[in-house]
Amino acid sequence: MIAQPHRVLKAMELRLSEPDEAFRQEVRAFIAENLPADIKRKVETGRRLDRQDYVIWQKILHARGWIAPGWPEEFGGTGWTPIRKYIFEEELAMGSTPAIIPFGLGMVAPVIMAFGSDQQKKKYLPRILATDDWWCQGYSEPGSGSDLASLKTRAVADGDDYVVNGAKTWTTMAQYADMMFCLVRTSDEEKKQNGISFLLIDMKSAGVTVRPITTIDGGSDEINEVFLDDVRVPQANRIGEEGKGWTYAKFLLGHERTGIAAVGRSKKQLMKVKEIAARELSGGRPLIEDRRFAEKIAMAEIDMLALESVVLKVLSEESAGRPPGPEASLLKIKGTELQQAITELLVEAVGDYAHPYVPEALEDGWNEEPVGPDYAAPLAPHYFNWRKASIYGGSNEIQKNIIAKMVLGF
Amino acid sequence: MDFSLTDEQKMLKESAERFIERDYTFAARRKLAAGELGFGRENWARFAELGWLAVALPEAHGGLGGSLLDVAVLMEAFGRGLVVEPYVPSVVLGGGLVALAGAEAQKDALLPPLAEGRLMMALAHGEPQSRFNLADVETTAKENTGGDGGYVLDGHKCVVLNAAAADRIVVSARTSGTARQPDGITLFLVDRQADGVALRPYATQDGRRAAEVGLAGVRVGGGDVLGAVGGGLPLVERVVDDAIVAVAAEAVGAMDALIAATREYLRTRQQFGVPIGDFQVLQHRVVDMFMACELSRALTYRAAASPADADAGARGRAASALKVRIGEAGKLVGQQAVQLHGAMGMTDELDVGHYFKRLTMIGALFGDAGHHLERFVALGGAATGQGP
Repeated sequence: MIAQPHRVLKAMELRLSEPDEAFRQEVRAFIAENLPADIKRKVETGRRLDRQDYVIWQKILHARGWIAPGWPEEFGGTGWTPIRKYIFEEELAMGSTPAIIPFGLGMVAPVIMAFGSDQQKKKYLPRILATDDWWCQGYSEPGSGSDLASLKTRAVADGDDYVVNGAKTWTTMAQYADMMFCLVRTSDEEKKQNGISFLLIDMKSAGVTVRPITTIDGGSDEINEVFLDDVRVPQANRIGEEGKGWTYAKFLLGHERTGIAAVGRSKKQLMKVKEIAARELSGGRPLIEDRRFAEKIAMAEIDMLALESVVLKVLSEESAGRPPGPEASLLKIKGTELQQAITELLVEAVGDYAHPYVPEALEDGWNEEPVGPDYAAPLAPHYFNWRKASIYGGSNEIQKNIIAKMVLGF
Repeated sequence: MDFSLTDEQKMLKESAERFIERDYTFAARRKLAAGELGFGRENWARFAELGWLAVALPEAHGGLGGSLLDVAVLMEAFGRGLVVEPYVPSVVLGGGLVALAGAEAQKDALLPPLAEGRLMMALAHGEPQSRFNLADVETTAKENTGGDGGYVLDGHKCVVLNAAAADRIVVSARTSGTARQPDGITLFLVDRQADGVALRPYATQDGRRAAEVGLAGVRVGGGDVLGAVGGGLPLVERVVDDAIVAVAAEAVGAMDALIAATREYLRTRQQFGVPIGDFQVLQHRVVDMFMACELSRALTYRAAASPADADAGARGRAASALKVRIGEAGKLVGQQAVQLHGAMGMTDELDVGHYFKRLTMIGALFGDAGHHLERFVALGGAATGQGP
């Protein structure tokens, strides 16, 4: 007999101290009371979120002081213990909240804090905290993916400015962005990493063109090409020293390393698999009672538990003051593999209803009769789209190189 | 086992490959898939001219009397070209059922125009609750009270491939028995435009067309019963097994194309100052894709060449084994082709993602790998039968 989804979830929950459990309840209650119903519904049903949905939710968290648990308190962080940060992330996932867009809060902000001038900190950090600016990441180029250091976008000093020329690509949600943090070449050095600088570019500058790229799931609201033609960027927008951009970028990669596994989101998605499998029929019985399918769910759950255990171990070491290690690569590889496995289970669960392609059904406000069950439409596109996870943020092959080198000493 | 092709099959293969190479470009295919119809009428007429629609139909009724092996040869080329024309639903399923079970008059009426490209067909069998169980039919067929041999059909058929373009749809319905009982399913030839037939058409993930088909008090005559009353299930099983071989061959063609594209990409894409194909770990990944494809190809042609009079169990085992193999191989090859193309593989612009989507949907079509693994076990696996 297969347990009910909520009961299984209970077994997977952490045993928490009383104050931590109270904290969990506090977060849960806050989300339940403050997440706008329409945004919650969109997240639950896999519909497209627009810019405003993300901004509204981030501003709600900001107003509560909870938008940046990863930040030091002096800049607006929460001062939570690692386990509370983890509980918070899990509750965000369980509560069907929009993902927090990482480019400002999780990526450029730590770099600004560590290497930016006081003026830059004062100028950018409060606006990032308040989601007044939307940031995007200008790293990859058509010819520079895994070999990022070969990038060719060039910044030439001219008076107080740089003049930037080049093309960035796969830029996530650049169409919404006010600002881009960008790696550019300021000089040609024998070691190509040494000629790279880290610039903050205003997306409204003359010469910036954003062009959407349609992805295999049919969406064209996610990634973009960004062309930079004679874009004037004040030298004051350079972070730290000229030619040190690579160091800053690497610092960024090691930051927030447990979040990358997205365990909370996977847990939530596994619940969704079970909910769907409880509604789908196979041989007149709920699919979740099909032994073969139940075992597949169980394998994913076990993978999730193992991954979560690594995350908790890293968090407890972090609170004991141990410096960051190379776990980020393991968490990225296994985390994305689990996410992808779950997207496969979701497609498998709906059987023949994986076939219909009904992109309108992913738009908010579409209220025609669904084709098949109402949860079916986003599942196959989501599976296709999520193949990106093992490619972005340093492909899983590159992550394995890092483990081979940094951990195993090859 | 003889894996060699006859001279005629070699010619068929060459002509199909030539057509794909010269006339069926990715850009043209994209345009067709996005159009109102979802495929090319001109292409369909061309298929008729070349004898491709007739190849497996009986000679006595306008066909060429070929075998499933001929179909596989053709489908492999279609896979390479990502052909969207509805060959499987119209010819293999629809035409296959008429050829298999049709009365002489039905064959005379339907098969020649089908072979000539003047008539299209579809099979409406699966239902929302049935998952991949072919016996799970709840659509009902009630005999007319007047005793004229006619029936009234009521029910909901789901994801009916090519429904909107089909002139005649083979509809399965219960004339007796309860849900999931093997006996009591009867096949009917239904005019797509008949009163009470309501289509909700849509595109599929892989750029084909399908529809939900609602049947509300649809009247059919006694002459529209296809095969024996109550004996529809073995017929459906037979043509679905054939269709599995057809889409497996298509998958092999698609995998071939992906492996070639991936190899080419790895040899040209430069990172770290070398073609990324210099990295052994990536070479081995392509080797895995290659091996999965070759195993699939051999199993496909073994199943395709099984004797036409093989018993249902042997055919079922062969088809299920193949579907498991193809499901796993197609997933591996599709996912890795995208992965090895990096973010380029995620773009709609490149054909790689479209092959990946087709392979994914072939994996789900006619029962996924899990379903066929169970069926393979239920039919006795490989150990009990001599196998085809």
